[in-house]
Amino acid sequence: MADLIDREPAATILVRPVFAAPEQHRRPSRGTVAWRLLRKLPPTALIGGVVILFWIICAATVQFWGLPDPLALAGKRLQEPSAAHWLGTDALARDVLSRTLYGARFSVPIAIAVVAAAVAIGSLLGAIAGYVGGWIDGLVMRAVDVTVSFPPILLAMTVSAALGPGLVNASIAMVIVWWPIYARLMRAQVLEVREREHVEAAVAGGAGSFRVLTKHIMPLCWTPTLVNATMDFGAVVLLAASLSFIGLGATPPSPEWGSMISEGASKFYNWWIAFGPGMAILSVVLACSFLGDGLRDLLDTKER
Amino acid sequence: MLRYLLRRMVAMPLLLLGIASVVFLLSQVTKGDPLSALIPERMMSNEQVVATVKAQWGLDRSLPERYLIYMGRLVQGDLGTSFSTRRPVSTDIAGRLPATLELVIAAMIFGCTSGIGLGIIAARFKNTFADSAARIFALIGSSLPVFWSGLILLFIFSVKLGWVSGPGRLDARTEPPPGITGLFTVDSLLAGNMPLFLEALGHLILPAFVLGWSVTGIVTRLIRSSLLEALNMDYIRTARAKGAPESVVILHHALRNALIPSLTILGFTFAYLITGAVLTETIFSWPGIGSYAVSAARSLDYPAIVGVTLVGAMAFLLANLVTDVTYAFANPRVKLEG
Repeated sequence: MADLIDREPAATILVRPVFAAPEQHRRPSRGTVAWRLLRKLPPTALIGGVVILFWIICAATVQFWGLPDPLALAGKRLQEPSAAHWLGTDALARDVLSRTLYGARFSVPIAIAVVAAAVAIGSLLGAIAGYVGGWIDGLVMRAVDVTVSFPPILLAMTVSAALGPGLVNASIAMVIVWWPIYARLMRAQVLEVREREHVEAAVAGGAGSFRVLTKHIMPLCWTPTLVNATMDFGAVVLLAASLSFIGLGATPPSPEWGSMISEGASKFYNWWIAFGPGMAILSVVLACSFLGDGLRDLLDTKER
Repeated sequence: MLRYLLRRMVAMPLLLLGIASVVFLLSQVTKGDPLSALIPERMMSNEQVVATVKAQWGLDRSLPERYLIYMGRLVQGDLGTSFSTRRPVSTDIAGRLPATLELVIAAMIFGCTSGIGLGIIAARFKNTFADSAARIFALIGSSLPVFWSGLILLFIFSVKLGWVSGPGRLDARTEPPPGITGLFTVDSLLAGNMPLFLEALGHLILPAFVLGWSVTGIVTRLIRSSLLEALNMDYIRTARAKGAPESVVILHHALRNALIPSLTILGFTFAYLITGAVLTETIFSWPGIGSYAVSAARSLDYPAIVGVTLVGAMAFLLANLVTDVTYAFANPRVKLEG
């Protein structure tokens, strides 16, 4: 493992601009680095990246695309796909294509928020546990053990049922499901990196624990987290839709993918109502695993 | 080995205690009012009724009291009484367990056989069309939302083509076979009732496929990579050099070693299967634990959802333990450390 980290050029390149390690000579500019990385990614990963980018842009700008209102009547009800309505209309005569695209406004922000919160909480606790050790380590890791003993969907269901249905509560439930993964990843990395010589040098130079952890250890620990977060983005979209499908996430009029599929399930013979949102979920999850795979190969982390 | 096993055995109840406490606390911080599930709307203003119901369900005690009562009962295997079915949760779960088991076992059989098969094809014909096709089929399986693919496949194969039966375990008016194992396919065979077996199979095949497909993805991926790794070993070169045909080299020499790492994901697959089963059962009106959990969550029936979560976590822990121990037996090179 140690030798892996020692030859970890891509990871350092990718991480350094964000976490501002001390300036070094002849460091390539950010643009060059990004371009080099892009060129090295396999085509499937690039396609995945493009699809994810599409959904992010869609979530940010869909209201300017001139689509029919996702909540209003748009012609007759239960129309099959046609030139006027590419994905048909649902039981309340709403345009399914428009609703599918507007659905990104739920799924994308939720996925970003959940992954970001899980990474932040998990990494912080994991880093502290790994660096400080002792009873704090024990406490954090037992909390991790208990949390990962739950099958994810049951835990998410219990939490969101306890907090009450709704997207915010479903998101909190998903953060509770996902933080332990990042705590484990970060702790393992910190345990490796803190034994390295530059850390020893920093300590000898009189740096305080906080500074050593944040400036000398953590910047080198983000590669597995990054790869995992990419994959989890899709997994969060999937679980959020599942919770909404069950009725614990978004509530009916809102065009969320899971609740749209749930509406489609009750209008079973009108298959097109569920088709769009299902394809949308599939595209996000596939794109994330393509991109995640590409990044993992590129950044050469241990799990393959 | 023995020490490791003992350690794990000691850790299990502690983890279960942690799990039970977490779930209990979660069910107590709720914002939803469980009383609304117990008392009809028009009786809510009648204070006497409310007080009686509260006392009957122990809702008038303090939090630590309720915790101790809950834990005390739990140790005796009492999971409480469901608010909505008014029956003990353990009875409800026990009655629905066979349906879930039948579905999960069938899905596991399909997922593992297809996954191993596709993995072998993908590794044998690495970087060819067959490899890509196998991997894409596998990847789609693990990326599909089962509650959607179930819906679409049900529409195509049951409504449009009529190849398989619709939702449920049997047709609407069919009597279930005499209960020996509770698995309708097995029971009907034991009773020698062939038409009933075919009917049960017709109902089982689609949900098992939908659920199993998600496992196919994981297994294919792992078999492919571990088989490729095994094929690079010296003993494979030896086997080829002595003139063994490629099929023997792969199936006899390489696959046996490649299967060992696959054991490690059995526990992980199990988590996948539980998630999938909850949603698949809902789509296919499968009367198992998953659909029970969903209706419990929808009606805020805490004893039920807590019970299912506990049973699920227990099964998950057990699966992980079995996985680790099997792995240790299958691969003597593994050193177990608690």
